[in-house]
Amino acid sequence: MSNGLIKRAALLGALGLALLAAPSVAEYGDVVLNKVSEKNGVRPVVFPHWFHRVRFRCKVCHSELAFKMRAGANVVTMADITNGKFCGMCHNNQIAWGADKCDLCHSGKPGLKSGIYGGHQTSGPGRW
Amino acid sequence: MASTLAGLPLLILLLVSVIASAQVSQAARKWLPLAADGIHDPKNPSLRLLQEPAESLSRLPADTAGNQVHWLQALEGGAINPRTNILPGTQVMVIDLDIYLNMKGGTPIVRFPHRAHTLWLDCSNCHQHLFVSKAGANKLSMNAMLNGEQCGVCHGAVAFPLTECNRCHNTPRNKPLPAGALRGL
Repeated sequence: MSNGLIKRAALLGALGLALLAAPSVAEYGDVVLNKVSEKNGVRPVVFPHWFHRVRFRCKVCHSELAFKMRAGANVVTMADITNGKFCGMCHNNQIAWGADKCDLCHSGKPGLKSGIYGGHQTSGPGRW
Repeated sequence: MASTLAGLPLLILLLVSVIASAQVSQAARKWLPLAADGIHDPKNPSLRLLQEPAESLSRLPADTAGNQVHWLQALEGGAINPRTNILPGTQVMVIDLDIYLNMKGGTPIVRFPHRAHTLWLDCSNCHQHLFVSKAGANKLSMNAMLNGEQCGVCHGAVAFPLTECNRCHNTPRNKPLPAGALRGL
């Protein structure tokens, strides 16, 4: 066993530990909605863009459903949703799970602020 | 016996390095489980019902930034077929029109492809509040984009980030543009 190999193994070991200890980061484009959630005793909502864009083009939500393209600019109430607006256009137990499955959307950590998470190395635009 | 024991630390080190190598090869594309992503509540009993990013995204064309998915390739190659509309009466528009921008800058010219954008977006998402529909009428600024305006409404938040300079600044200045190319500022 050569010294060089030992050094290489040690380096790889250290790198492995560093990767295991990588910080928790949300997925790119994840949005937390907490304008009204916690005030009403439920967890914040996590909206994953990645999950939705596999199934729908941006224009469906940002044109047909009228979601503004700015995290925090949309006030979405449960009344809207059960009336078929915003998320309720699909989350109606027909296209996607319905509003009775609270925990599936209200899945965020308590105390999180509304906004877009999972930014890249730019940390997302300054306004967010 | 003594020599066996002496070899033990080395063996452990080698074992760690093997695990580390596996980590390195996975590090090329790796998604955190929802329970460890820092925004989902791990105490939520329903969390296990949600799809994990790795399950979905690992099957899509690779990229190095953002979700580590090349979303346009995923769409054009048929790996995904996201719905264009929910309401039956919605007019779905896709236009194929390139605009060349940054004509006087120091960085390479920007070719803005309407097609790649309208495959995903509706005209009204950008026009007329972000950009006027007239080549040469829009003054663009990287500073504004970095502040979440103009292209930065999406690029840096949900579309590939602003660190991917060459994807937009993709057209060399020393070669002629295609005949009839529409030029902006």
